[in-house]
Amino acid sequence: MKPIKFPWKPLYWFLCACVLVFLLAPIAAIIPLSFSSGSFLTYPLPGLSLRWYQEVLGGGKWLTALGNSLFVGAFATMLSVLLGTLASLGLMRNKAWWSEALKLVALSPMIVPVILIAVASYFFLAPLSLTSTYLGLIIAHTVIAVPFVVVPVLTALELLDPNLARAAAACGAVPRVTFMRVTLPSIMPAMASGALFAFAASFDDVVIALLIAGPDQRTLPREMFSGLRDSMTPALTAVATIMIVFSTTLFLLMQMLQRRTRKAMKPA
Amino acid sequence: MKKQVWATVAGAVALACLSSQAMAQSRDLNIVSWGGAYQDGQKEVFFKPFNATGIKLTDEAWDGGLGVLRTKIKGGNSTWDVVQVEADELEVGCDEGLYEKLDVNKIGGAARYLPGTVHACGVGAIIYNLVLAYDGDKLKAAPNGWTDFFDTKKIAGKRSIRNGAKWNLEVALIADGVSAKDVYKVLRTPEGVERAFKKLDTIKGDLVFWKSGAQPPQMLAAGDVVMTTAYNGRITAANEKDKKNFKMVWKDTPYTMDSWVIMKGTPLKANAEKLVEFLGRPENQAKLPKYVRYGVTAVAATPLIDKSLMGELPTNPEIHKQAFAEDVKFWIDNGDKLAERWTKWAGTK
Amino acid sequence: MSTRQRFSLLLPLSGFLLVFFVAPLVWLLSLAVREAEVPRALPRTLAVLQTWQPGQALPPKVFPDLAQDLVEARAASTLADAARRLNYEVGGVRSSLMRAAREVGSAVPDTVFGAEFFNAVDPALASPEFFAAVQRARGPVSSYYLLAAFDLARNAKGEIERVSEANRIYIDVLMRTLGISLSVTLLCLLLGFPVAMLLTQVTAKTADWLMILVLLPFWTSLLVRTAAWVVVLQREGMVNTLLMHLGVISEPLTLIYNRTGVLIAMTHVLLPFMILPLYGVLKGIPPHYMRAATSLGAPPVVAFFRVYLPMAAPAIMAGSLMVFILAMGYYITPALVGGGSDQMLSYFVATYTTDTGNWGLASALGLMMLVTTLALYAVAHKLSGGRALSMG
Repeated sequence: MKPIKFPWKPLYWFLCACVLVFLLAPIAAIIPLSFSSGSFLTYPLPGLSLRWYQEVLGGGKWLTALGNSLFVGAFATMLSVLLGTLASLGLMRNKAWWSEALKLVALSPMIVPVILIAVASYFFLAPLSLTSTYLGLIIAHTVIAVPFVVVPVLTALELLDPNLARAAAACGAVPRVTFMRVTLPSIMPAMASGALFAFAASFDDVVIALLIAGPDQRTLPREMFSGLRDSMTPALTAVATIMIVFSTTLFLLMQMLQRRTRKAMKPA
Repeated sequence: MKKQVWATVAGAVALACLSSQAMAQSRDLNIVSWGGAYQDGQKEVFFKPFNATGIKLTDEAWDGGLGVLRTKIKGGNSTWDVVQVEADELEVGCDEGLYEKLDVNKIGGAARYLPGTVHACGVGAIIYNLVLAYDGDKLKAAPNGWTDFFDTKKIAGKRSIRNGAKWNLEVALIADGVSAKDVYKVLRTPEGVERAFKKLDTIKGDLVFWKSGAQPPQMLAAGDVVMTTAYNGRITAANEKDKKNFKMVWKDTPYTMDSWVIMKGTPLKANAEKLVEFLGRPENQAKLPKYVRYGVTAVAATPLIDKSLMGELPTNPEIHKQAFAEDVKFWIDNGDKLAERWTKWAGTK
Repeated sequence: MSTRQRFSLLLPLSGFLLVFFVAPLVWLLSLAVREAEVPRALPRTLAVLQTWQPGQALPPKVFPDLAQDLVEARAASTLADAARRLNYEVGGVRSSLMRAAREVGSAVPDTVFGAEFFNAVDPALASPEFFAAVQRARGPVSSYYLLAAFDLARNAKGEIERVSEANRIYIDVLMRTLGISLSVTLLCLLLGFPVAMLLTQVTAKTADWLMILVLLPFWTSLLVRTAAWVVVLQREGMVNTLLMHLGVISEPLTLIYNRTGVLIAMTHVLLPFMILPLYGVLKGIPPHYMRAATSLGAPPVVAFFRVYLPMAAPAIMAGSLMVFILAMGYYITPALVGGGSDQMLSYFVATYTTDTGNWGLASALGLMMLVTTLALYAVAHKLSGGRALSMG
């Protein structure tokens, strides 16, 4: 594509560079702080040390919080992939009015501000004795994670060539076999990317955990939130760096998956 | 196959519900205090030793507010068992049935505690002052008290106060010329309240709010504010732990007592009572001032406290005579109304 | 696939969301219109007041009935809620009611609980305004919380009027939320549009790499990004140290715990949400229109404003609405980097739920938030041709 002519081209490039720096600099800025040997969050660094990583990873509240986040995230992801995939199979290529309505309901947790979902869940789960339990937190996280599964999986299902299923049937496969051996493998990348998005949604949630989680279920972001309010030490930046590495890995995985999906979706 | 799938799913859900109920019953005893350096000290002196007695204890932090406790009880399924509350929260909460009635014999007997510290719903924990704190390295000339706190022309820079009406209205009036012993008499009149808010308005543009006790020393360290109100123990702890040179002005500062309460309806009441008894033992309490300079409530603890720590203890007679007692009754009667007024004042420019 | 099969596939998710998402939300919003505290605590008083109108003389029977109700409610622990509810309308009456209940309980037998008794506790308790408030709170539904969310209230006569100057806050908060969201949207547009355009003009490979740079913050946890700003914007943080080092300023700037910090942090967090949809649509704009315009003699600036921008308008709308809607619902970022007067609607919903316990008002404000958000989404959906919910 030919570039569009602009009178102030260098200025334009500079502006874009500034914006990109704005996007990345703060995140990059705190990583070195996690290696500081002092207790304050200022540059220049008095020295380098791994003491904060030792504090964070050496057991104690941070490690418990990380464990909680992974536990809740794993179960919330499994549940959302299960529910979301089943629902997508039911929604695909369905023109009925109730199908559109259900699609809206399935996607609405993305629309409703998460504070309202958190407060509503709190009021609803407390009388059921589900607040301050892992189950309650998993349920609430599943609610916000499911739309992230439905969108890619439904899109993948609708992009799927229906002739593949028909061909399988013509070869004598019963519907279950068609599903297991034709449909499912084709939507695997979409399911996987949905799972990654769902996991990220659960892992990153603070508001729901603030309202529903008890002291035993405190997740990593919940612990960070308290830390940011009460006692800001470089331990926080160590946790942040770990989370940055984690999400970057997830992101790169996502990119690889999307490339595979694009290749799989290419018409034959 | 579908029926089997449904059966499995239903079974899994039922199992999960049951197990969550079981988990709810078998949760650990939970104690809630004010966080920061204070709670770190409490961990060393009380919580870890109590854990060693065999009853598992987890601890959490909160920033006060009766509404939080009301909501915990109303919402049900609260995980808070023993909580440290402020003086007015003790009275009002007791009245509203938020706490279990305390049997003083289960917590060591009335004779163990200083007079006035045992209550139907709670027992005293610490006595502390709300002081004027500043960084001795950055502010060379000591402020003379609350008058200087409210004088941005004499000492420029931001100030920090707690986000709430309590204690702020009193110091505003003192800065406006009311003597400490008349403060509550004036505050009981509507004109007095107006006068206090007007005085606060004069520095509103330079005000930053803190919510948790750990924030004032952090704000001083970061240079975000030049002066702040703070709990005396936190300032001393910051000086000792982080090698800071924070200074305090004790003149005309309010002092008050916080108490331990047991939340109503806790399934772990028996263990909670054991915990409160443990918290009241003189030999345990005597260890606290080393970490945070707060006065303690067990009679036999005072002689056990290291004499060198007395200099910054609120119960030190030299300090005590400069300070004035918080009028708990005033805050019981007017707390809600003034809290609402404060929220609106603080939330608008 | 048969309809029955579809139904059974959709049942798990529908059932799950119905129970754990729709039902709680409906329950939450119903709290905004329900009144149960006063009828539960003061049944006899309400029964006596049934035939009473504000403006008439108070029936003398109401006082002994009130006394009885107070004693029973205090024993049943329902008084505190009712007292708090009435305190919203008649200030100071909460503690008076609790005190009155105590005094009734400890009064000598044969005490006459008449108007003088209550007058002695607190004149407000014997006043018609108080009983009018009690009557208004009889439930089962009431408009009290919804009105309060808009700074309105019913006065003693029952007419709707604005609350006193000192108590007007929620309209301001709504305006503030809208204002901050709008400012953040504009900032994101100003910063994001050039980047989105750049992405359409470079080679596919470069675009891929640049996209990674844009998506990386998008994937980083919101809390990590907010924490980064807290560290960077402090008085002795990096921005100030850098600027002072360069000699641009002599005194550190206050960049945090105020509106500036909120705008900076929120713009940073929401910028990818602007760039992604913008890029998605802009890359579909064919370049030959611009070329045609320039070949017809239009200077590049004119070509940009009169040819490119109108074609980019749907993209701008989509991205802006997305950012605006997200900004409206934000809680974490303003709570951590904002000051007292920067808090948005979500903060009040959260505070009233956990700290103050005023659940009716929390729900009413939540309803206000939800209606605004859904309305904006409907607009976005319409304008983007149904693509508002895709993920770019």
